Amino acid sequence: MISDLFTATVLIGIISSGIRLATPYLFASIGEMFGQRSGVLNLGVEGQMLLGAFTAYYIVLRTGNLFLAILGAIAVGALMGLAMGFVTIQLQATQGIAGIGFYLFGMGMSNLLFEKLIGVVENINGFPAVKIPLLGDIPVIGEIFFQQNLLVYLAFLLVPIAWFVLNKTTLGLKIRAVGENPAAADSLGVSVVRVRYFTVILGGILSSIAGASLSVALLNVFQQNMTAGQGFIAVALVYFGSWRPFGILAGALLFSMVNALQLWIQVLGIPIPSELAVMMPYILTILVLTLSLSKGKGPSALTKAFEREG
Amino acid sequence: MSESNKNSSRPTKFHISGIFDALMPIFATIAALLVGAILLLLLGANPITAYSALIEGAFGSFNAFAETLVKATPLLLVGLGTCIAYRASVTNIGGEGQMIIGALLSTWIGLSFTNLPGWLMILIAFLAGSLGGAIWGGLPGLLKAYFNVNEILSTVMMNAIAVQIMNYMLRGPMIDPEQAQAASQIPQTARLEVAYRLPRLVPTRLHIGLLIAVVLAVLVYILLWRTTLGYRIRAVGQNKDASKYGGVDVKKHIVIAMLLSGAFAGLAGMMQVYGVNYRMITDGSATGFTGNAGFNGIVAALFGQLHPILTIPASVLFGGLLVGANAMQRVVQVPSALITALNGLVVVFVVSSDYFRKRNQAKRVAFVESGQDTQPPGEAKKDLEEVTA
Repeated sequence: MISDLFTATVLIGIISSGIRLATPYLFASIGEMFGQRSGVLNLGVEGQMLLGAFTAYYIVLRTGNLFLAILGAIAVGALMGLAMGFVTIQLQATQGIAGIGFYLFGMGMSNLLFEKLIGVVENINGFPAVKIPLLGDIPVIGEIFFQQNLLVYLAFLLVPIAWFVLNKTTLGLKIRAVGENPAAADSLGVSVVRVRYFTVILGGILSSIAGASLSVALLNVFQQNMTAGQGFIAVALVYFGSWRPFGILAGALLFSMVNALQLWIQVLGIPIPSELAVMMPYILTILVLTLSLSKGKGPSALTKAFEREG
Repeated sequence: MSESNKNSSRPTKFHISGIFDALMPIFATIAALLVGAILLLLLGANPITAYSALIEGAFGSFNAFAETLVKATPLLLVGLGTCIAYRASVTNIGGEGQMIIGALLSTWIGLSFTNLPGWLMILIAFLAGSLGGAIWGGLPGLLKAYFNVNEILSTVMMNAIAVQIMNYMLRGPMIDPEQAQAASQIPQTARLEVAYRLPRLVPTRLHIGLLIAVVLAVLVYILLWRTTLGYRIRAVGQNKDASKYGGVDVKKHIVIAMLLSGAFAGLAGMMQVYGVNYRMITDGSATGFTGNAGFNGIVAALFGQLHPILTIPASVLFGGLLVGANAMQRVVQVPSALITALNGLVVVFVVSSDYFRKRNQAKRVAFVESGQDTQPPGEAKKDLEEVTA
C-alpha cells in the first residue's frame, strides 16, 4: 500500500498540490513579515483571511467576476489592516491581544455573513489553471510548476519581490529601521506611524488575498472557519523563516507539502493515522523555534508601541 | 516617577477618576453593542427586539440563567489561568489545547477504572485534568523561559497538536464502542459511569464545578496579592530586569505561571466532560469540544481587568451572551455568530481603552506631583492636542 505513494503520478500529484497549497501561507506570511519587520505583531491574520475568503467567494457567487472578487478582498483586507493599525499604532493597544480580538471579529463576521447571505455550501468557478506556454509543456516540471492558477504564480512571485523591497529599496530600509530602532528612525525624519500603517495595511490586504486564494482559487467553496488555523500558522512561519522571505518560503512549502502528502494518504487509503501526519509540521516548528535561538532574534521593537519622548 | 504611574500593583484603585477607569470595560461593551445594533439594522432585524431576546434567553428564566452559569464555568476557569499568565506578562493563548489535553487525560482515566468510589474518581479526575492542562501549558512556559521561544506561537502550535491528538484518540483507541460499530463514526468516547458525574446543584444542567471555580477565583486572588509567589509573578510581569536585580528567579516564575494557567484550563476541559456531556465528543475541530471557551475565557479575563474576582461577573456576562445568542437567533433570525464578532470587538475596545486609562493615570500623577487639585482647562486642551498631534 505504501508503495502506492512512490509511483510517478502520485508523486507529481503530491508535489503539485503542495505547491498549490503553499499559496495562502505565502500571501499571509509575507504580509505578516512586513508588519513584524516594522514592529507590529498582527495575530488577527486568521480573521482577516476568513473575511477575505468570504468576500471574494460572495462576489464570485453573485457576479462571477474573479477580478472584482480580488478587488473586494483587497478592500476588506485594507479596512481590517487600517483598524488594526489604528488600535495598535494610534491607541498603542497590546498587539497580541488586539489581534485576538480581530481574529474573533473576523471569524464571527464571516460566519454571520455566510449564514445570513448564503446559508448552503455551493461550489463556484474559481481561478482556472493557466498553462504557461513552453514551460508548461516540459514533462514533470511543467506539470508541477507551470500548470497552476494565477494566484499560485503571484504568491511565488511575491517572495523575490518582498525580498527586493525589504533589502534593496529605501522603503525596505525605513521598515527595518522602524522595527529595529524606532526612536533613531524618528530622529532621522522617518515617520514611524506612517511606515507602520503602511505595513499593517499591506499585511491586511495580503492576508485577505490569502483567504481569497482558498475560497476562489484552491477549494472554490466557502465553509465556516475554512482557514482552520492557517492564519496562525502563517504568523508562526514568519518566526520559522527568521523574518526573511525565502525562509518563509521554505516553511510554507514544508507545511503545504506535508498537507498534500496527508491528503493523498487519505485518498489512497493508506493505514497511517492522518492525524499524525498533520501534527508533524507543528512539532517541527516548535523544534525549529527551540533550536534556532541565535538566529531567530526578531526585530528589536516587535510588539513595542512607539511614543515620542517629551 | 511614582509607582502608580506604571501598572498599579493593586488590582483596583478607587481614585475619583479611578471609578471612570474601572467602568472602561462597560463602555467598551456598550460601544460593541452599538456596533452590533448597526449590524442588526443592516441585516434587517430590530436591535431592540434582538437584544431583548438575547437578555431574555440568557437571564430571563431559572433554566436560562442556570444554562448561562454552565457556560460561564469554563470561561471563568480559563479566565483565571489567563489572569495568572498575563500578570506574569506571558500571553497564553493555548487555552483550547490545554482544555483538550486536560479532558483527554481525565476521561481516559475515568473510562479505564470503572469501579472506584465516585468521590475518589472525581478527585483523581480533577488532578488528572489539571495535570494534563499544566503539562500542555508548562511546556510552552519552559520553552519561553529557557529557549526564548515566543509563547504565543508555541501555544498556537500546541493547540493544533492537541486537536490532532484528540481526533486520533476519539476516532481510534478511545472511540465509543457503539460508534466504532456504527456507520456514523462520530468521534466520541463512551459515557462515564453515573457515579463519576459531578453532582448537580439544582434540577438543571448546573453542576458543582461552578462553585469550585468561584472558590478557585478567591484562591487565585489570594495567591496573586497575598503571597510571595504571587507578588513575584506580578513583579516578573511588570519588570523582568528589576525582578532579576531584586533576586527573583524570572525563568522559574514564568514556568510556574504557565503551569498554573494551563492547569486551570485543563480543569475547565475536565469539567466539560465530568459535569456537562459525561463523555468527550468533538466534530474534529477544537471548537467542537471546547465551544471556543479557550478564547472566550481570555476575553472574560481581559474584561475583568485580569482580576480574578472581577472575572467572575465577566464570565457570567459572556456566558450569558453565548446562551442568549441562540435565543436571539431563533427570534430575529440573525445567526448567533454575531456574538462572536461582538466578543472580538469587546476585546479590541477594551485593549484600546487602556490608552485612555493610562493617560488618566499619568495626569493624576502629574497633579499630585505639582500639588494641583484641578487642572486649568487650557492645560487639558493642550494635553489633548499633544496626544492627537
